[in-house]
Amino acid sequence: MITYLLRRLAGVLGVLLAIAAVTFVIFYVLPADPAAAACGKTCSPERLEAVRHHLGLDLPLWRQFADFLTGIFTGRTLGTGQYALQCDFPCLGYSYENSLPVWDLLLDRLPVSASLAVGAAALWLVLGLGAGVVAALRKNTLTDRTLMVGAVAAASLPVYFTSVMLIYGVIRIAGILPYPEYHDFTAGPVTWAINLLLPWIALALLYAAMYARQSRGSMIEAMAEPYIRTARAKGMPERTVVVKHGLRSGMTPILTLFGMDLGGLLAGAVITESIFGLPGVGRLFYGALSTADQPVVLGVTLMAAFFIVVANLVVDLLYAVVDPRVRY
Amino acid sequence: MTATPPLTAPRGPKSPPPAAAAAVPPGSSPWQLARRELARRPAVKVSLGVVVLFVLMALTAPWLAALGGWAPDEFDKSAVDPYLGGLPIGPLGGISSEHWLGVEPGTGRDLFARVVHGAQVSLLIAFTATAIVVLVGTAAGIAAGYFGGKVDSALSRLMDLTMSFPSLIFMIAMMSVARDVNRIVLMTAVIGLFGWPGIARVVRGQTLSLKHREYVDAARLAGSGPWRILTRDVLPGVLGPVIAYTTLLIPGMISTEAALSYLGVGVRPPTASWGQMIAESVTFYETDPTYFLIPSAFLFLAVLAFTLLGDALRDILDPRGARSA
Repeated sequence: MITYLLRRLAGVLGVLLAIAAVTFVIFYVLPADPAAAACGKTCSPERLEAVRHHLGLDLPLWRQFADFLTGIFTGRTLGTGQYALQCDFPCLGYSYENSLPVWDLLLDRLPVSASLAVGAAALWLVLGLGAGVVAALRKNTLTDRTLMVGAVAAASLPVYFTSVMLIYGVIRIAGILPYPEYHDFTAGPVTWAINLLLPWIALALLYAAMYARQSRGSMIEAMAEPYIRTARAKGMPERTVVVKHGLRSGMTPILTLFGMDLGGLLAGAVITESIFGLPGVGRLFYGALSTADQPVVLGVTLMAAFFIVVANLVVDLLYAVVDPRVRY
Repeated sequence: MTATPPLTAPRGPKSPPPAAAAAVPPGSSPWQLARRELARRPAVKVSLGVVVLFVLMALTAPWLAALGGWAPDEFDKSAVDPYLGGLPIGPLGGISSEHWLGVEPGTGRDLFARVVHGAQVSLLIAFTATAIVVLVGTAAGIAAGYFGGKVDSALSRLMDLTMSFPSLIFMIAMMSVARDVNRIVLMTAVIGLFGWPGIARVVRGQTLSLKHREYVDAARLAGSGPWRILTRDVLPGVLGPVIAYTTLLIPGMISTEAALSYLGVGVRPPTASWGQMIAESVTFYETDPTYFLIPSAFLFLAVLAFTLLGDALRDILDPRGARSA
């Protein structure tokens, strides 16, 4: 178990390193000039050169990348002379746009994106598993077909369409909910949830279908197993049979799916955050792109990759809990 | 990912779906099974019809739009009311015998012509990206499964790595830094880049289960080289799942293209694409709902029809649903 964990952690580091390198090459080699972005509109050639030197952009690319990596683990000093800035561990650089540390920007936006992702994930699990289990228990009936086609239809709606329709129907016409405005969970769970309810629904509709389909398939397979007949024969209540013996054995593929989806969403849902005006990582990223703010773009990409890789690792470890046959 | 749990491990031999097996005479080929299953399900028939319709629409876009009498970029100032901020004249966003699906507010461009041309762009990108993904994925999957050893571990590492990329974020970033290139080609390449590991894993699993079958051993003993075995014996065996997954990949590609264009990093105006039309119409959702609903409805129908068709094909061609995620 320990050796397995250590090997996996080494793998995680390797993947992150590779992603950092690829991201670095793409954003620092391709046309957009970070120095010009940092220097502003009225920039003389001499000043541009100075800025380039100050940001270390005149160094060879591998040096820049090595400096960047060192910064993440130990912190580093950015710039030279009187403009030198101490960037503490974990240093992801400073935003060219507003000169704030990228790490602080990310930490600042993370709660919003995490709230969005976790709430939506809870909702789509309930919707997806619920629909899947009901459909499996009524296999090949009208209920089954309706649920499955309904789930696929909901997932086929683009999220920007669903979001706009929810805003229009629930906020503008019915006036039941206020326009979403992010409040911290600590400020009151009810306010937090009410404001995030519509974005949660919009995202959950997109993801639930996959879970419904997957859990339906697993359930049908599981309920045909002999041990289900045994459980029924010994007089176990049907509810317990379904939940404890049927659902649990079909959890492994769902867990894999869930890890990937949640990991991918934690670092921001660009479209949903933009439409609902939520100040999350996704919107930070989108804004940074339009201003060619490379350190921020690189930071968000790395964080997103980190969540995906870690989510996959956690899922693999959880297999052993869900499925006792799995051993490491 | 070294610890693949037993439940998602490579599947054994294919068996026909139990529901169809009862009604079908023994010895039917997969294609006969497929036709029977398609005929049995009305939703699949409808979605097949919609898919064919969309493909025809994309193929004949210029002529179809010419039937409506308007080019996609032709302004018609007489169809919009300058005193109402350029809103279309007439009910339902200006739907008339002149403009079959109404016009765009402000410019008066014909929505029918734009939607039809948008179909061409959306489907072209989605189909080409899917073709790249399927070719690369199948080749990588067969190679990893058949040759095993170092080839397998190298390819599997690459698959894991590609799957760890935050793909949407990466696509958005790549599309926004690249400037002076053909947007359609770039978009196809970028979307295709991240799609191949999924299908490669499925094919790898299937190949693993095929490579020690008797008929493959027989071919090897008869002196067939690896190339001949791969193309004549292994490839036909993995074709069923590949076809099903190909159909299921297309709606994802259509959505991705639309999302990128919606975010303004995809196809650039004046080229019309559905995502970009929705992005432009989103501010009009209250004043001119038709303008917003029309491209959304086309996008929705295309994605839905391809998904339903793909789901059905998967049930038929890959009944155990070897979706190794």
